Amino acid sequence: MLGVTAGHVRTVLARRVTAALTSGGGVRMASHSHEVGDTVDMSKPLYYDSVGYPLPDRPYKEELSAADKSLKQKEKGPWSQLTKEEKMALYRLKFNLTYSEMKQPTYEWKTVLGGIFFFLGLTGLLFWWQSIYVYPERPRTFDEDWQAKQLQRMLDMKINPVEGLSSKWDYEKRQWK
Amino acid sequence: MSLPKPMMRGLLAKRLRFHLPLAFALSLFAAGIVKFGVTEPRKRAYEEFYKHYDPVKDFEEMREAGIFESVGPSKE
Repeated sequence: MLGVTAGHVRTVLARRVTAALTSGGGVRMASHSHEVGDTVDMSKPLYYDSVGYPLPDRPYKEELSAADKSLKQKEKGPWSQLTKEEKMALYRLKFNLTYSEMKQPTYEWKTVLGGIFFFLGLTGLLFWWQSIYVYPERPRTFDEDWQAKQLQRMLDMKINPVEGLSSKWDYEKRQWK
Repeated sequence: MSLPKPMMRGLLAKRLRFHLPLAFALSLFAAGIVKFGVTEPRKRAYEEFYKHYDPVKDFEEMREAGIFESVGPSKE
């Protein structure tokens, strides 16, 4: 279920990307009405390269040269008569990228990880500045001797005598067990 | 190309046949670990503590340490 919707989302994104790419350049939407020619007509079937959706709505090349048209005619006959180069040419007419080309690693994760670490570092510097210029005075309850007296009082009160703190203290020998 | 027709139905049932008993078994195992690793030792610890517990002695010890407000340490 999740795979279907994820693939669909990816397809929609892939469509926009490759449609923008195949339409020859910028992703200029219809909002800039004085710039014609770079807009993508989304009301027509789009071409997209997607690993999850193998058969796009239209073939890659729609304007066929004379040689392409004759090849398409030959395709209507028995395919055993096509040479290897002709078969590959037919593939490239219909599709832009092969599966192996689509699946090529992009190494985007390096950018992502780098960005994460960069912002973590930035946040660390922010926290450091904060600890110097924002934090109020340190409460006296954090002092060493206060903490020691606090621990002694807890042992005197026998806090958690069964399994917890006081159970670890040896009252006879006055030391930790 | 004549490939055999793939399985079209019963995919969830097939998965559940394997995973449901496994899930039950693992859950019981986890519960067993919690019971014998946590609850039983805890029960024994409490048993052991209260077997020879003298509340009066405990109170006197606390009193001598001076933590109470109602009674002070015994005057000697």
